[in-house]
Amino acid sequence: MERGGKEAQQYVWDGAIPLQIHLHDSEVTTLPPPAPALILAPRIGYLPLLSPQLKPFFSGALPPGVDTVWFDYKGLPLKWYIPTGVLFDLLCAEPERPWNLTVHFRGYPGNVLIPCDGEDSVKWSYINSLKEAAYIIHGSSKNVMNMSQPDQIDLWRSVMNGKLETYNRISSKLKLGIVRDDFSAKLNPSSSKIQHSVDETEATAAPKASRIPVRLYICNVDEDFDDFEEELHFDSWDQISYINRPVEINGEGKYFTLLDAVKSILPEFYPNSSNTIKAEFKNEPGIEAEEESKTGIIEGTSIESVESQSLSGQPVIKLVRIQGIEPKSEIPFSWVVKNLMNPDYFLHICLYIKAPKPLDS
Amino acid sequence: MASNQATCDGSLSLIDFQIAANDFAEKWKKFNSAYPEWLWIDCSNRLGFAAHGVIDGYLSLQNVFIRRSLEEERDEGGCNDDEEPFDNATLSTSDDGDQYHFHVVYSPSYRVPVLYFHVQNTDGQPLNLDEIKTNLPTKSAKVLLESKWTFITQQEHPYLNRPWYMLHPCGTSEWMKLLLVGVDNSMATNGTERYMISWFSVVGQVFGLKLPFEMLKSIG
Repeated sequence: MERGGKEAQQYVWDGAIPLQIHLHDSEVTTLPPPAPALILAPRIGYLPLLSPQLKPFFSGALPPGVDTVWFDYKGLPLKWYIPTGVLFDLLCAEPERPWNLTVHFRGYPGNVLIPCDGEDSVKWSYINSLKEAAYIIHGSSKNVMNMSQPDQIDLWRSVMNGKLETYNRISSKLKLGIVRDDFSAKLNPSSSKIQHSVDETEATAAPKASRIPVRLYICNVDEDFDDFEEELHFDSWDQISYINRPVEINGEGKYFTLLDAVKSILPEFYPNSSNTIKAEFKNEPGIEAEEESKTGIIEGTSIESVESQSLSGQPVIKLVRIQGIEPKSEIPFSWVVKNLMNPDYFLHICLYIKAPKPLDS
Repeated sequence: MASNQATCDGSLSLIDFQIAANDFAEKWKKFNSAYPEWLWIDCSNRLGFAAHGVIDGYLSLQNVFIRRSLEEERDEGGCNDDEEPFDNATLSTSDDGDQYHFHVVYSPSYRVPVLYFHVQNTDGQPLNLDEIKTNLPTKSAKVLLESKWTFITQQEHPYLNRPWYMLHPCGTSEWMKLLLVGVDNSMATNGTERYMISWFSVVGQVFGLKLPFEMLKSIG
């Protein structure tokens, strides 16, 4: 890996969220109640992996019974299979430091959260995501499924413990090199020799038209959501839309930005930006695919010639957060993917967006 | 109009899925009237807004009562499944038996339909995975589940924000490719229609739901 790329990836892997974790009132059996635990949680990690560290703080105070650990933020049960950094970026519009969470050891909300039996469940979920990513990139999960047991264990351990070198060594065998990142090479001409060997891996892996694993977490906000001083309170996950759609890149050398990528997987808001929708509409009689607008202003897609539904305004993106960073929308998407993706090979993007409204509503 | 993609690599585009789902639901209503209907649940506005022409949603079949295993053992008399007439043994018309809800959701990652399901017993209690597995109607279902082609896992329902069970999609395109092989090109326009019916003829068997012969015949 060329130096530029390594630094960014290391930076991401080193990222951590300071947490202040309180035991839920209903589970406190001692007086005085236990002090909150202060823990640094890796961004790329998952909350249940913290329970071995947490238990010593609270075990003395717990009522008798079996422990089933779960967390909530202001009453919202946290989905444990979402990386910690993503949860923080999504739920804390104004980053809270330390982030105050509540831990529970009882009363697992099985109607809201899928079960978690500790490290094994998290590992399974991670490997499953990796398989899905491999399928998206290669059309097959074989590389991941055929990993040797020791490799699988070492890979998982490297993620748990934040060991980037081990991770890169093992994951490179999966040949999931996604896009050719031509831009880093230009930034670091002296390391072009090293870049070449990286390209080899990537060149054999990435086909001309490629799909990139992306998970988009969308929060719909109002007009006046500008300062984030107004607290966004999430009572339920229904207020957040989860979009698990791969981004399709055509590999034609056209400059493809982060914003282009986001638009391409939100045909609801950007009907002319999706390659898929455009191509398929061309097959339907009577439909004219509109030209992709460079300025991002949406023109209504006319399907019936008489009535066309126009948008009252553009969708306005208020916030894009990836790994705690708010990247400029003009940044090449390939750079973002290569450097900011999670160890599961997914790019997790948090988006605060003001949706357009239909004119006739 | 529908692409031939389905017959080539076992996968299905989103638009083709929507067409195929609609077609499947109509045929089911026509040939399988003893069962409740499949309904298309439109979720196009779940982001608060959807541009005209953008469709999002899934197929839903609710309140299917399936009696537990004993009755279905007699189905294994070595009959050719394709020729067996529609069998009411799996369907309970009264309220006894477990209550199933099935949703067919499109996966943009795997580009195939995925079967999600939820089961509760007569007391309204949801069943856990072990209970579900032991109650599966036929031996063939158990074989199917133990194969690498498909297995049951608990995941979050993509639209409902709640845990549901699903048949994992990672093997689907592989076995769909095999199922659809040998479709000659003159029938290629039928590719999309064949897809859903063929797909369901496999996954439905996990629960002892057989498609009636007339329905299978309708796709040639």
